[in-house]
Amino acid sequence: MNAAAAFFYLFSGVAIASAFLVVASRNPVHSVLFLILTFVNAAGLFLLMGAEFLAMLLIVVYVGAVMVLFLFVVMMLDVDFAELRQGFQSYLPLGAVLAGVLLVELVGFVAFYLVEPGTVKQAAPAAPAAGALLTNTEALGRVLYTQYVYYFQAAGLVLLVAMIGAIVLTLRHKAGVKRQNIADQVARTKATAMEVKKVPFRQGV
Amino acid sequence: MDTSSWVFILLLTIGKSLLLIAALLIFIAYILLADRKIWAAVQLRRGPNVVGPWGLLQSFADLLKFVIKEPVIPAGANKGVFLLAPLVTTVLALAAWAVIPVADGWAIADINVGILYIFAISSLGVYGIIMGGWASNSKYPFLGALRSAAQMVSYEVSIGFVIITVLLCVGSLNLSDIVEAQDGRFGLFGWFWLPLFPMFVIFFISALAETNRPPFDLPEAESELVAGFMVEYSSTPYLLFMLGEYVAIMTMCALMTILFLGGWLPPFNIPPLSWVPGIIWFVLKMCLVFFMFAMVKAFVPRYRYDQLMRLGWKVFLPLSLAMVVIVAGVLQFTGWAPGH
Repeated sequence: MNAAAAFFYLFSGVAIASAFLVVASRNPVHSVLFLILTFVNAAGLFLLMGAEFLAMLLIVVYVGAVMVLFLFVVMMLDVDFAELRQGFQSYLPLGAVLAGVLLVELVGFVAFYLVEPGTVKQAAPAAPAAGALLTNTEALGRVLYTQYVYYFQAAGLVLLVAMIGAIVLTLRHKAGVKRQNIADQVARTKATAMEVKKVPFRQGV
Repeated sequence: MDTSSWVFILLLTIGKSLLLIAALLIFIAYILLADRKIWAAVQLRRGPNVVGPWGLLQSFADLLKFVIKEPVIPAGANKGVFLLAPLVTTVLALAAWAVIPVADGWAIADINVGILYIFAISSLGVYGIIMGGWASNSKYPFLGALRSAAQMVSYEVSIGFVIITVLLCVGSLNLSDIVEAQDGRFGLFGWFWLPLFPMFVIFFISALAETNRPPFDLPEAESELVAGFMVEYSSTPYLLFMLGEYVAIMTMCALMTILFLGGWLPPFNIPPLSWVPGIIWFVLKMCLVFFMFAMVKAFVPRYRYDQLMRLGWKVFLPLSLAMVVIVAGVLQFTGWAPGH
């Protein structure tokens, strides 16, 4: 067994085990932490395939930002476990059906691949021909900003709309809240800020 | 590749890593002392001066004290996560050093996506803090952890854009390539701190926020939160948190050295300066950046939380975003862009 295979089994083993623990652990914060471990191992698998850029992006975006917010929310929620388990029986059939559909799809995919490898392979776009000299990042950039530029722009627009939506939903102007205006503070001069009075002797202001 | 050769490579890598970690930790012991001495000098105090000549052995005495104290784990704490948090902080902070080239070719792993790797690892650093704050099961640590998470996620955005402006000028994500790209005939005036000057300042301030250094040390603001996410920690776990923090600061210093101050390059490529080995220049530049970190700690008052968020989202983000567009435009229209 060579080093790459050893690392493959390490990463995929830990990924599967922690993915299982995401569902199995009783504490939701532990679930999120195991989900993070799963993502990190998935990034390791990307690295083994030579997709170093994707691996780093997975960590920066999912683990470094998305999961932080997940953890944030899960920690703040006051989850009642007994209440959660009550609904379990009624949701079981729906969950089982979904799991069954996923299983059939996965089995079908693998079966197709075994029967005729070509059909599955065609689904993935061909890599640019330049090949060996191009680094990962360059290769991705070259297709992303030429061949797929409209999809890229569309994805950007979707994110922009989501961002505007989030701002509109959370923006509130509460009355009675004092806000700091830095420009006003900086623009303050001696003339606007203080008043010099001549105090007559023994009379006060 | 047969088994014996990759075992050899593995052993070599382990040896190099141990050497780097040992050198780094000793360096940090003195950086810690320097931090306290500079702080003391600004306030007209002497600082630590008892252990060893001029207090030179103070950090080692502190280390011994931390290690032989009793670790206290609160009864309500989530024990596993509580002990995992400081480990995560330290290990991740040290892991970033695997790709940093301290001299020409002196990197343990000179990978193509080096800068992204550091960015990814430093974005994971927030987990140690969140986990520590949550697992302590107490309100001040939790508040500290929440503040810290929001702060680090916010300032990562502007750090990312600053890195992008540098990458636009270099055309590579490899850290060694970034240093090589600054090697021109203008010597130290050709390093990126001058051509990309506003970015240098933004990166410096964002690095302060990212590493929870004053004036942005709100996660551990002692007047409000006692010691923030570290309230319940004592002994070695506390030591690991502190160590992780200082390793992260060193990483940021090294990153500024590589991105803006020409890494291991001498200020001018003329004989007396070019005879000095690259590692010395690298360490000197790191010390310079750290001196700025220490001075800021000594004389800038702490920000309020809303001011911190305002600075990150309303000042740095638009500024760095505009700079990305400007730098990309200039490079495109003048034809200076690398790879043309």
